[in-house]
Amino acid sequence: MADTHAHSVRFVRETMLPQQEPPAAERGAVKWMRQNLFSNLRNSIFTLIAIYCVYWLVTSLYPWFANGIWDAPSIRACREILEGDVGGCFAVLTERWNQLLFGFQYPSELYWRPTLAFLLLFIAIAPVLFRKVFPAQMLIFTALYPFIAYYLIWGGSILVPVMALLGFVAGYMVYARLVTQSFAMGFFGGIIAAFVVWWLTGLVGESTFLALEPVASRNMGGFMLNLMLGTVCVSLSIPFGIALALGRQSSMPIIKWICVIFIEFVRGVPLITLLFVASVVLAYFLPPGANFDLFVRVVIMITMFASAYIAEVIRGALAALPKGQYEAADSLGLDYPQAMRLIILPQALKISIPGIVNVAVGLFKDTTLVSIISMFDLVGMIRGPILASTEWNGVYWELLGFAALLFFVVCFGISKYSQWLEKELATDHR
Amino acid sequence: MTTLSDPPQSAFKPSMLLNDTRYRGYTFQFIALVCVAALFAYLGSNLAQNLRDAGLVISFDFLGEPANYDINQTLIEYNNQMDHWRAALVGVLNTLLVSFLACITATVIGVFAGVARLSQNWLVRKLMSAYVEAFRNVPVLIWIIIIFTVMTAVMPSPRDFRGEDAAASMVLFDSVAFTNRGVYIPKPIFAPGGWSVIYVFLAGVVGAFWYRRYATKLLYATGKLLPMGWPALAIAFVPAILVFFILGRPITLEYPELGGFNFQGGINILGSLIALWFALAIYTGAFIAENVRAGILSVSKGQTEAAASLGLRPNRIMNLVILPQALRVIIPPLISHYLNITKNSSLAIAVGYMDLTGTLGGITLNQTGRAIECILLLMAFYLTISLSISAVMNVYNKSVSLKER
Amino acid sequence: MKNSVFLGALTAAGLTAGVAGAATLDDVKERGTLNCGVTTGLVGFAAPDANGEWGGFDVGVCRAVAAAVLGDPTAVEFVPTTGKTRFTALASGEIDMLARNTTWTFSRDVDLKFEFVGVNYYDGQGFMVPKALGVSSATELDGATVCIQTGTTTELNLADYFRNNNMEYTPVPIETNAEAQQQYLAGACDVYTTDASGLAATRAAFESPGDHVVLPEIISKEPLGPLVRHGDNDWGDIVRWTLNALIAAEEYGITSANIDEMSASGNPEVKRILGSEGDLGAMLGLDAEWAKRAIGAGGNYGELFAKNIGESTPIGLSRGLNAQWTEGGLLYAPPFR
Repeated sequence: MADTHAHSVRFVRETMLPQQEPPAAERGAVKWMRQNLFSNLRNSIFTLIAIYCVYWLVTSLYPWFANGIWDAPSIRACREILEGDVGGCFAVLTERWNQLLFGFQYPSELYWRPTLAFLLLFIAIAPVLFRKVFPAQMLIFTALYPFIAYYLIWGGSILVPVMALLGFVAGYMVYARLVTQSFAMGFFGGIIAAFVVWWLTGLVGESTFLALEPVASRNMGGFMLNLMLGTVCVSLSIPFGIALALGRQSSMPIIKWICVIFIEFVRGVPLITLLFVASVVLAYFLPPGANFDLFVRVVIMITMFASAYIAEVIRGALAALPKGQYEAADSLGLDYPQAMRLIILPQALKISIPGIVNVAVGLFKDTTLVSIISMFDLVGMIRGPILASTEWNGVYWELLGFAALLFFVVCFGISKYSQWLEKELATDHR
Repeated sequence: MTTLSDPPQSAFKPSMLLNDTRYRGYTFQFIALVCVAALFAYLGSNLAQNLRDAGLVISFDFLGEPANYDINQTLIEYNNQMDHWRAALVGVLNTLLVSFLACITATVIGVFAGVARLSQNWLVRKLMSAYVEAFRNVPVLIWIIIIFTVMTAVMPSPRDFRGEDAAASMVLFDSVAFTNRGVYIPKPIFAPGGWSVIYVFLAGVVGAFWYRRYATKLLYATGKLLPMGWPALAIAFVPAILVFFILGRPITLEYPELGGFNFQGGINILGSLIALWFALAIYTGAFIAENVRAGILSVSKGQTEAAASLGLRPNRIMNLVILPQALRVIIPPLISHYLNITKNSSLAIAVGYMDLTGTLGGITLNQTGRAIECILLLMAFYLTISLSISAVMNVYNKSVSLKER
Repeated sequence: MKNSVFLGALTAAGLTAGVAGAATLDDVKERGTLNCGVTTGLVGFAAPDANGEWGGFDVGVCRAVAAAVLGDPTAVEFVPTTGKTRFTALASGEIDMLARNTTWTFSRDVDLKFEFVGVNYYDGQGFMVPKALGVSSATELDGATVCIQTGTTTELNLADYFRNNNMEYTPVPIETNAEAQQQYLAGACDVYTTDASGLAATRAAFESPGDHVVLPEIISKEPLGPLVRHGDNDWGDIVRWTLNALIAAEEYGITSANIDEMSASGNPEVKRILGSEGDLGAMLGLDAEWAKRAIGAGGNYGELFAKNIGESTPIGLSRGLNAQWTEGGLLYAPPFR
């Protein structure tokens, strides 16, 4: 057979052909472009439109950046240097960076204090955000951080934050002792103990022990104010949000309705009306002669606002937990506080973290609204003192672009973290 | 073997209020009620005390007095001799107008961007995610100010339209002018008979819908497929156009013309309205895009494949299989975004658009000094809107969840 | 929960600081600073400079009161207020006095329960237009777009004026002077209207002030003055007579430069003002040299005027109605005796 074959066929290839490259249209960048950009007529048109958009954006923005002036005393000087060319006057940022970041009244020799507090924030928040990476012992620093930050930013005697801390420690100790008997007793006992300590230490009176130069909160402004409002209000609103969510899920009708009314009321009105309340109405509801700082009033209102939204997020998480979890807790004989603390909330909070982060991002963006009630946050600084000054009248884009960029960096970072966390948490459900 | 029975009814002891789960709930509710009542009593007594000290009384009478100020955009008749109620009503309508416009635009932008984010085209996909990220992560107030600055600082002023070699010119055959005071567009003027054209057109639209329903019914009943698109369009437009010409063009356009300080005639869409409208639309559109994307992705791929194996064409798969299922996921968050637009429209105050926050919560409050009353009314209005939208949403959710099984 | 500590601490601090009672003077003394409400920024009247130091004509009044009461003209906390927040800030006790070019009107005095302690600037509402517009009188403004600061009396005057003259206009309401200025410069409105002094101050901050003119018409009376809450007459007296001391000092030629020799060798009235004779200070609940310190803080009325808004400054206001009565103006301080 082999012979006949050999005779009937003139040529038999003995070796394999070397592999050939795929045709030019089916490999590398060309293939990728054919698949992703020009797969059919409609797609090609879209691609061309998109390329044109990008081209237009780049060509109109590039000269503005490239010719940007970074060193000039005023917009007129900028214009003289530019001589009619298109170019940004970024000198306003180098000239007024301190006002944009710290407001115009924070003493400039004390800038290191809020800066240090800001840097410490990362150390404090790291063990919360990345629980697997950092040791749990760092949470102690997180607990101490609010007091350190208060001392650094506001200054004054160190006794104030220390006494406040003492109150919390006392409250926690009483709670820890009593909670074995009954959660309610521990909880209320702890609160009472804390208030007793605060009242006692309040009697000590003002002191200048280890005092940093005090700075009033109305002297704070700029991006620092946004960050302060954002972190303070978010961290305050989480416990309130949990309480409200539990209250709304509660089987006790009165408590349920109190929570429902509060949540629906706060979610039904715009934040700006709540800020108006803080700036023009709240004072009428406080005891005669008592006078809260505008900052504290704003913190109260924004915290109310945020806790209602966080309550809804947590309520969603509570509802999403399988009913078996509740029944399992009951069948173990746990009472309500134990079931919540040990079984339900740890799981519910874990599911609701991405939602809470979303609320936090939204809230942080909404802190710019305080500029409308004449607080000089980043937007307030830009719209007020800087754009109205003779030197920088008309430098809109550089300033607004800078503000947008700052917010973008922070919010984008947080939302990327949230997405990462969502993936991280999603794994153990599969 | 002993049977488990209820514990014997012992006499009620006060300690059971704390220790017995049957009664503890009442104790807690009672405590909560007392706390809330005490809080309100405390705030109320402070308020009364403060008002007494200041010699003020809470009263809504001031709303009946003449407002004495002018408003630059009024959808209903208003002049400065009318009372504060009327000014507040003008504000309410302005709020509703900008919210309505922004909701529509945001939906269009959001659906477009959401679908485009799932496009096969890499560049389009990337551009749209850049849009979504850029707008979601920057405060809406900054966007409002940026667009408002574009409207006031970049657009030419009416003065620039003047003269032989004017620095700016009108567009679309000299009918539309973009100025830094807003956009001037032609205004339709109705001669006698003008309205009948509108009525005929509306009737035509109703007729077109009726025709589509009839055609669908016929299709399902007999399998006979009538053409849907062109006949429906014809039913909607042809009669109206015929009537328009038969009656001798009763609707004419009044073009804006430069006169005095500003353009005269036509409709002026204020720059502040445009800034607020587009900023809210683009900002919320980014959120809606995410919802739309999530909604479409939530429909499992098996659905698409099943529909394809039945031989449906791609656009039919989208219309008949994917969208109906995706909408169930998309609509609830969509409605809450509409709610957010309405609430965020109160940022009008930053650009001087006279919505309710600008009239009642702004000028009326400033001029009369009646802060408590004005802000109470302001909150009541927004609360009413929110609660009614929530009610609609609940009804919708119920109707959707019924179909689930 | 942890962060609530500093809320608690602030609350406690706020309560202890504020609970002292109705007497504003005692509050101020205990606090050691005067809380003075000013505008969010109007060059010449009250504006922070590049270092955040407040300066201006209204600020001068605040500093004089602080000097009289506390002995230190720098012991002032300036609280920026908008048209919306200024009255509640005062009514709620957040500020002790308001020196924010506020017009003295019947309803503010009677209905809103404030006490205007005097007039530190007699003003009237005017209009500013770009020169290029070629307008020379407010009566030519029919159909114009007008920028106004909301929450001020100017809004109402404007409506009245245009109605009386049968003219139409489009109002562009704006919250702060800074934004109004940007809108006007961008050409979003043809006219900017506010108090004539404010117009001058705003114009002075422009890149090229010469391109804008203030029209001759003054359409209203705007007596601007500091105000305090109704009901605390002792405190009202202190602010009123500090202002009067500044005005009288100019009349009698007491300046910050010659204040020491005047207190030794002036006429009896001068000596009474400066506390080297009589005990006017004790009647106010202050020490004898209260007015001396007030005048020494920034000078007499004339000096404050010249330094902040006078003709030698970029704002360039002439004294006009605000001259002493001896020179044909309206300033007339009651006698100190």
